[in-house]
Amino acid sequence: MKYNIEEEYESIEKHDYDVLVIGAGGAGLRAAIEAGRAGAKVGIVTKSLLGKAHTVMAEGGAAAALGMADDRDSWKVHFRDTMRGGKLHGDWRMAEIHAKEAPDRILELERWGAVFDRTKDGKINQRNFGGHRFPRLAHVGDRTGLELIRTLQDKVVHEENVHIHMELTITNLLVENNSIVGAFGYQRDDGKFFLFNSKSIILATGGIGKSYKITSNSWEYTGDGHSMAFDIGAELMDMEFIQFHPTGMVYPSSVKGILVTEGVRGEGGILRNSKGERFMFNYVPEMFSGEYAETPEEAERWLDGDREARRPPELLTRDVVARAILSEVKAGRGSPNGGAFLDISHRGADYVKKKLPSMYHQFKTLAGLDITKEPMEVGPTTHYIMGGIRVHPETQETNVNGLFAAGEVGAGLHGANRLGGNSLSDLIVFGKRAGEHAAKSAISKSDFKNPSKELVQDIIKEVLSPFDDDKTENPYEIHRDLQEIMGEYVGIIRSEEKLKEGLVKIRELEKRTEKSGCDGDRKYNPGWHEVLDLKRMITSSILFAEAALARKESRGAHTRDDYPNSEKDLTKTLYVLSRGDDGGIEVKEEFMGEIPAELAELIEVEY
Amino acid sequence: MNEKMNIDVQIQRGDTENESTIETYNVDVDKKMVVLDALHEIQAFQVPDLAVRWNCKAGKCGSCSAEVNGKPRLMCMSKLTDYDLSEPLVIKPMKSFPLIKDLVTDVKWNYEVNKKIKPYSHPNGEEYHTMFQEEVDRVQEFRKCIECFLCQDVCHVLRSHNRRDAFSGPRFLLRLASLEMHPLDTLDRVPEIKQDFGIGYCNITKCCTEVCPEEIPITDEAIIALKERVVDRYYDPVSMFVRKLFVRN
Repeated sequence: MKYNIEEEYESIEKHDYDVLVIGAGGAGLRAAIEAGRAGAKVGIVTKSLLGKAHTVMAEGGAAAALGMADDRDSWKVHFRDTMRGGKLHGDWRMAEIHAKEAPDRILELERWGAVFDRTKDGKINQRNFGGHRFPRLAHVGDRTGLELIRTLQDKVVHEENVHIHMELTITNLLVENNSIVGAFGYQRDDGKFFLFNSKSIILATGGIGKSYKITSNSWEYTGDGHSMAFDIGAELMDMEFIQFHPTGMVYPSSVKGILVTEGVRGEGGILRNSKGERFMFNYVPEMFSGEYAETPEEAERWLDGDREARRPPELLTRDVVARAILSEVKAGRGSPNGGAFLDISHRGADYVKKKLPSMYHQFKTLAGLDITKEPMEVGPTTHYIMGGIRVHPETQETNVNGLFAAGEVGAGLHGANRLGGNSLSDLIVFGKRAGEHAAKSAISKSDFKNPSKELVQDIIKEVLSPFDDDKTENPYEIHRDLQEIMGEYVGIIRSEEKLKEGLVKIRELEKRTEKSGCDGDRKYNPGWHEVLDLKRMITSSILFAEAALARKESRGAHTRDDYPNSEKDLTKTLYVLSRGDDGGIEVKEEFMGEIPAELAELIEVEY
Repeated sequence: MNEKMNIDVQIQRGDTENESTIETYNVDVDKKMVVLDALHEIQAFQVPDLAVRWNCKAGKCGSCSAEVNGKPRLMCMSKLTDYDLSEPLVIKPMKSFPLIKDLVTDVKWNYEVNKKIKPYSHPNGEEYHTMFQEEVDRVQEFRKCIECFLCQDVCHVLRSHNRRDAFSGPRFLLRLASLEMHPLDTLDRVPEIKQDFGIGYCNITKCCTEVCPEEIPITDEAIIALKERVVDRYYDPVSMFVRKLFVRN
């Protein structure tokens, strides 16, 4: 090793924070604001610059039953839609909290300066989206995530108790006797090591999409929170439920996977196959029959505002639409680049440019296509993980004392399939709760605990090991191999055979990863970062495959070729993953319990 | 259907300690790629420690700003076919910010300026305040900014005259405009727009507007409108007269 571990240990920069928030997307920022206000000293670390987190890419909107665009909406309908969308597998208490609190969180954003699109009477306009019974998504054109993150960013920088560390990557969580004591990381621009002593840590690290080649996710989505939490004994659940968004760009190939917002369909976009058929009418599942238009004429009347007409089938939930597109392609009716056609041109150029400006811009620039005149070509892209770290529905605390999780890295709310728009509202509802409870927990503890020197030195050795001369494998190449394997073996359609084969292949990559290394020094070194990211991606990829193997049914986003039906008996079954004593993965089957009768009734109501 | 080709890319390499040099890399690309893809190919197989800042590769986060053939651009939204590839593609970091390494610059100053702007101030009281679409159209246009800082990079007050001490740059005049023109914001921001953020330094060359990847009319709609407010407040002959009279008495 070319570095002196003792010297490295002595030169670590140390900070004490009551609450350390890892991740500066919507959940992390909202949590930090709340924890700061509760009187805790708060640190935020983000591996990017502030305001660049994945939240910025959210397009369509934030779901909240404000009832401003349609007064028939209420938290009860939102709760019902979320549970149905999640194929009845979601955590009902989280779904209830989410539906009840989302409106307040949206109004709060407005009081903090967010400027949502307006209704004719000057209130917040709300957009239709897949699986939402009424227009429910507060939005700003198709850049709602930017509005959300900018509002929170401009708020958080004025919070006295909150300190922000940008471009700092956390590599390890530190735990003693199942209690969080801190985190270790490095500053990316100079490679300097940091040790944070913390009484509470909130993981708000987002998702996992970079394990896949075709993805709408940014480079940051490497499952850091999932795998770091797993390493210190946290429980994860629902890891088999990965959402493949039905509409990603499929052409040109270099931009394959970039998101095409569901807002296109919310604004009346029509899906057609290569024969020009509007195929979604053929794919309405039983659970939703009666809620969707049966003819294009009825769909058109709905678009014109006829309250008696039912919504177009393009607005079915994402899992359904993604599978429908795949079926059309499989039947030989796909578009030239293996997707479907999505057409919004009938809404008129001015309207499209006003409501979907970044889609217009994105296609014009990257595909040379004018969406106000021609249909887009779209296909499924890895988008979101419903599963993640198991949390208490009220407090967001995990089974590790002092460790909290909020946003995409947490699990429960979305069940087997997330509704579009429920992610942004998830961030602010549960971000706030995580901040509040993490602060409360931290303030109740008297002292910071210093992690042992031995533990920290071991981590330093591990983090610096990619610089060793015998580390010769190219991490970028292994990453590409992982993406191929995940698409092929742990993709949209799964089977026991494929998953087992995939696991063997990922384990082979794991061995290669141990030998992967980097060139150069520690200053802003993406190769070094890639090796560390790769370890995180491999761990989380194994977790998805193991969970997918355990669930012997098809439900929501989890589709098994060998078990094509949903099994009623498995609706409330959870596969909980954790680290066994031998370091391996333990998969426990658990029953969620019975849903309270008054909530169960709400799910049954027809509107 | 992809068209492969082989191109030369010249990249500025160096950091705070090692003087920058221009290195040439030969790389196989697909014609449909964007500039950032070409850099990633070079990074993956030739220069693993090549420093490039990027996040979304979809034109939404504003991280991958650099100067491509001398023009400030988001590399994820610059198609290779936009350039004459018979010549080497030349990629340099943004000039107006201190270099960290290769194509990555230290943009912290922007965050410091932002922090000086007083936050949005909502009217007191519990009742819901309506805002109409036509009242917020312009503010929404300003809020499209993705903070790529290309406008800051190209603004000559910052780039050539290095007046960070006195001038906030177009990005933050835009942000001030989004607050000043917010129908509900309760603060009077005109004095600080003049004094603290130095709007007078802008002499409307519109370089910022030209490079804005979001095509925000920064100069015409934000800066000129703010200048008018400053002029109305401080240089309007009638009110100047009234003020003088008031001071004298």
